[in-house]
Amino acid sequence: MIKFILRRLAVAIPTLLVLIVISFVLMKMAPGNPFAGEKTVPQTVLDNIFARYGLDKPEWQQLLEYIYNVVFRFDFGPSFQYRDRSVNDIIAQGFPVTFTYGAWAFLMATVVGVVVGIAAAVRQNSWADYLAVGFTVGAQVVPNFVMAPILVLVFTLWLGWLPGGGWNGGHWSNVILPVIALATSYFANIARITRSSMLEVLGSNYVRTARAKGLPSWQVIVRHALRPALLPVVSYLGPIFVGMVTGSVVIDLYFSTGGIGQAFVNSALNRDYSTILGITILLGALTITANLVVDILYAWIDPKIKL
Amino acid sequence: MAPVLTVKDLTVRFALHQSEVVAVNNLNFALEAGDTLAVVGESGSGKSQAFLALMGLMAKNSTVTGQALLGDVDLLNLSKSALNQYRGRDVAMIFQDPMTSLNPTLRLKQQLGEVLVRHKRQDKREAERNAIAMLERVGIPEPAKRANAYPHELSGGMRQRVMIAMALLCQPKILIADEPTTALDVTVQAQMLDLFKSLREDFGTSLVLITHDLGVVAGVADRMMVMYGGRAVEKGSVDDLFYDPRHPYTLGLLHSTPHIAKRAARLDPIQGMPPSLEHLPKGCAFNPRCALSFDRCLAERPPLTEAGEGREKACFYEGPIAYGKVA
Repeated sequence: MIKFILRRLAVAIPTLLVLIVISFVLMKMAPGNPFAGEKTVPQTVLDNIFARYGLDKPEWQQLLEYIYNVVFRFDFGPSFQYRDRSVNDIIAQGFPVTFTYGAWAFLMATVVGVVVGIAAAVRQNSWADYLAVGFTVGAQVVPNFVMAPILVLVFTLWLGWLPGGGWNGGHWSNVILPVIALATSYFANIARITRSSMLEVLGSNYVRTARAKGLPSWQVIVRHALRPALLPVVSYLGPIFVGMVTGSVVIDLYFSTGGIGQAFVNSALNRDYSTILGITILLGALTITANLVVDILYAWIDPKIKL
Repeated sequence: MAPVLTVKDLTVRFALHQSEVVAVNNLNFALEAGDTLAVVGESGSGKSQAFLALMGLMAKNSTVTGQALLGDVDLLNLSKSALNQYRGRDVAMIFQDPMTSLNPTLRLKQQLGEVLVRHKRQDKREAERNAIAMLERVGIPEPAKRANAYPHELSGGMRQRVMIAMALLCQPKILIADEPTTALDVTVQAQMLDLFKSLREDFGTSLVLITHDLGVVAGVADRMMVMYGGRAVEKGSVDDLFYDPRHPYTLGLLHSTPHIAKRAARLDPIQGMPPSLEHLPKGCAFNPRCALSFDRCLAERPPLTEAGEGREKACFYEGPIAYGKVA
């Protein structure tokens, strides 16, 4: 197990390096630069700015210096968009926000999704099952950019229960709406995956064996069916965890939460090279970690899998 | 002596989209204490469904009617939780496919132990100790070590032994074995049958052996019930049915079995296919495949009637039947 983790972490380093190089090349291939604007700036001024940010050096040298700074000084460089702010600052400020609402949304989507999925499967073809399937289909097809304004309309404008935006240091009332808006479609997917995999397991021979032993139904479900049924769910949770904790530009825009999701999209639009790379590396590292956790969970769920 | 299990008019229906299929039709039989009853028939004859119904393990689109008296308790007339008191304790079942019938995510000692925790109110450690003893009894080497294993670490034969051990933990009155040897190698099959015989003697359990392998029947069973199209067509002692079959279908089954002494180059199967339960032939369900059928067989269904001492058959033909006239 420990050997497995160490091996995976060792593989993670070259993976991240490849990620940096590819992102860097793609970024440089995109037309424009951080300082291209509608105003024509005198060439001498541009030359000075380029020199200040090191953009006058050959590109391979820029790349190597960037990697050196990241690896040895954990410095993701200055932002090209905001003067006086480094990429480290932008991440340090935005990531806790997205992580807070993202992790809550992840937790909610997973717990509610799994419970609804199991309940629907156990009562297959009952009204409860039809209700669950109908509701999850609905939740699946409503995109979060529709969900978010509906939530604001209902809970802020009509009922006046919750603030329609802002972060307020992560006060619970500011967190609820972003969490619901982000979690809805993921919850629906998890519920549907759980339901179908649970149905498959409930029809399996070993669940029949468990029934034949005279175990009470709840014990058959919890002890015999749940763990194997969660395998496909877990493989879905890994990637979406990363997607959720790194936030969403839609959520950040609608609720003015000031998370990293919006910063990421803005940086791409503004060719804010260092911010793009910084957040990409963060996403990459999180993805690698999440996949590692999923693999460990796999081995726990299915004893046939040896790490 | 009163039978341990008396089944009366057992009927199993499946609702399909448009129609209804009767998988088991008015089945009657009694199982004596300590006896082994073989239930024989082709696929789709209803032999497995009848016993899954007794265990309450039917699919949701089925309805079961009739009586199954275990002592004075009707298994078919119990609530789900009441039935859970009996299955696994008084009536246990093992299944055809040992590769998929054990839970892949639980250790053997957990899967065995929970039966004793449930029915004998033993604590976990005591249950595991007894589980290990039972594993040893069914011939699993190093049972204490194996008890910690997961099912995928065992061979098919070993897994079937585990299934048998699991079924016998509470020393049930009845053990239903649904094609217990079909998925196993021939050498392992023989070991399994020896195991069944010795366990039956040790525990006094009545055994129901659902099979289409007449070799298995000859080796273990006392009595035999032949099923066709959801109904019993012949019942009697194994010796009577093997040496003097009275129903053309039983004769056909016996003749389609390979025999080491008969140096026949080809097997002699029953012609035709088993009927679809949705479209059972009119009259006797076997008539399209029967060489002895006459006009009455096409019009009327023969009832199960007495045909000598301790045996019954469902056939109008009263003359002697022998190989060569059937098939």
